[in-house]
Amino acid sequence: MILFEGPWTFLSLATLVTMVAVAISILVASLRVMRGPSLPDRVVALDLVGLLAVSVISVVAIATQQPVLLDAAIALALIAFLSTVAFARFIEWQGEKAE
Amino acid sequence: MIWVEVIAGVMLLTGAAFVLVSAIGVVRFPDVYMRMHAATKAGTLGAGLMLGAASVVFGELGITVRSFVVFFFLLLTAPVAAHVLGRAAYYANVPRWERTRLDELAGRYDEADATPGEFARPAARATDDIPYP
Repeated sequence: MILFEGPWTFLSLATLVTMVAVAISILVASLRVMRGPSLPDRVVALDLVGLLAVSVISVVAIATQQPVLLDAAIALALIAFLSTVAFARFIEWQGEKAE
Repeated sequence: MIWVEVIAGVMLLTGAAFVLVSAIGVVRFPDVYMRMHAATKAGTLGAGLMLGAASVVFGELGITVRSFVVFFFLLLTAPVAAHVLGRAAYYANVPRWERTRLDELAGRYDEADATPGEFARPAARATDDIPYP
């Protein structure tokens, strides 16, 4: 983390606070993944976790001064969207099979 | 450039606040549909603010274009994913909150027609005096 090696600036402090907040958000969202009473609850929470992973990537790109990491954010957003749609189709197919 | 750092830091902190509120909403709301409301809108805004902060910090054209591509991709896909997931949850008969008072879809979907492969058509209305728009 290059940003944290020099003296403290406003940006490095804000980056640190943001990292902690996003980490807490991921923990809280995975609480719903574990606890959610139905499958759509878990899928919603997993979608949020994917979005939070995109945020983590952009914050880490700022902290390490490596803008190449934003390419991974593109791929991760794409995969999160595709997995959500696939889960939604699976839920519909499951409901159809049960009837 | 101290002002660039201040702008980027404020964007980061605002995005963190939105993301945290969205995660708390996913846990605290009583219903799948309300949880979807929390996760989709506030989460997209928070992630978009963080991507904007990255583009402000680096300040190059290629990086700005890249982060805006990610943001517009999130902006395009979040409503689509939420709609598909809400439709699936409605078909799967996920229980709504007990104090939900309005279900505008009740009786308007043909249960037999809602196959996963095709779009569901609204069922015929009992009163035909109001035409569909």
